[in-house]
Amino acid sequence: MGEGMAVRVDCHRLAKRYPSRQLFANLSFTIAPNSIFVVTGHNGTGKTTLLKLVAGLVPPSEGTVQIHCQERTLAPGEVRQTLGMVSPDLALYDALSGLENLEFFAAVRGIAAPTQQFAGLLEQVGLKKRSHDLVSTYSAGMKQRLKYAHALLHEPQILILDEPTSNLDSQGAQMVCDIMRRQRERGIVIFATNDLREVALADAVLVLD
Amino acid sequence: MAISFAVGGMELDPALIAALMWVMLFFTAMTGIARAYVQEEETGTALALRLAADSAAIYIGKVLSSFVLLVGVAIVVVPLYLVLFSVAPAMPLALAATVVLGCLGIAVTGTTLSAIVAQVTAQGSLMTVLSFPVMLPLLWIAISATSTAFVGSNLVALAPDLAFMFFYSGMTFVASLVLVEYI
Repeated sequence: MGEGMAVRVDCHRLAKRYPSRQLFANLSFTIAPNSIFVVTGHNGTGKTTLLKLVAGLVPPSEGTVQIHCQERTLAPGEVRQTLGMVSPDLALYDALSGLENLEFFAAVRGIAAPTQQFAGLLEQVGLKKRSHDLVSTYSAGMKQRLKYAHALLHEPQILILDEPTSNLDSQGAQMVCDIMRRQRERGIVIFATNDLREVALADAVLVLD
Repeated sequence: MAISFAVGGMELDPALIAALMWVMLFFTAMTGIARAYVQEEETGTALALRLAADSAAIYIGKVLSSFVLLVGVAIVVVPLYLVLFSVAPAMPLALAATVVLGCLGIAVTGTTLSAIVAQVTAQGSLMTVLSFPVMLPLLWIAISATSTAFVGSNLVALAPDLAFMFFYSGMTFVASLVLVEYI
């Protein structure tokens, strides 16, 4: 699955319910290649759950999520290599530096890349000067920036972002917009937000009610 | 050391010394292995790991680290324990094999249970409560094998115990590899 191969996400009759309540049901949509897809809606409507369903982190109660690359449906192991994710529920290791975190996750993913490549990624998210500092010393905004470096580590074709600009300053928010635009050229961006300025970036919007 | 002070200068039966040794190793293991998955879930790094690798690979990594940790603890604690109780094992290599296989069984089973417990809100001492009945057959055989290694001289007599411990770990490991995807 090299860069430039068109990916498409097909969700068919998706439902998610917990013993006490149903989040959504009968949800079908397709996310086209080279697009930004936004999920919005009130708190508790299941935006984060839907993103996790698409990422394969949570099983649906009903329905299917299929990711196609060049008209071929990807197996779960291949999907993992296709996805990058930034979420408030995701954290990196506090006991490691930013650079060490990237090196560790690259090793887990089997990516053999020189340290300069990770340093370049950290520079892209504005963390070059603090790359050797422990993540425990980072501010919330810096941790969010590091999550972007982590998500882009393997050059994913699908970038899933939950509350993409949370904890970020205006420069950070601009960085996210730039990342989204570049990602749209490479594949798909799916993000959940309630911020109307971010919704304006979308090619398609799904409103959960 | 606390056990040694508690029993004073009393001469204990080898089976009792073996049982106390495994009780000590079991509770030591529970304090460490219980955190194998819990800490990842609590800090949020579990999600980053799940995005990077499949559940079975993460499980194997956790088992290996728990096993190395447990063997490291045993290398320090068991000789000290034997000195404090003035036990000179008749079959030291058999004792070493028993300890290694026991640690393997505890690491494999403990890591699986840790993955289950990590999904529960009220974790508390649930890990120990769940682990004890599941690991009881392993501990029982480990105590028997250790006791034999203390005083016995027939290595063949130990073979069924060691084989049981090996297959217990193997079966638990295979079952866990299948199940861990759904935990």
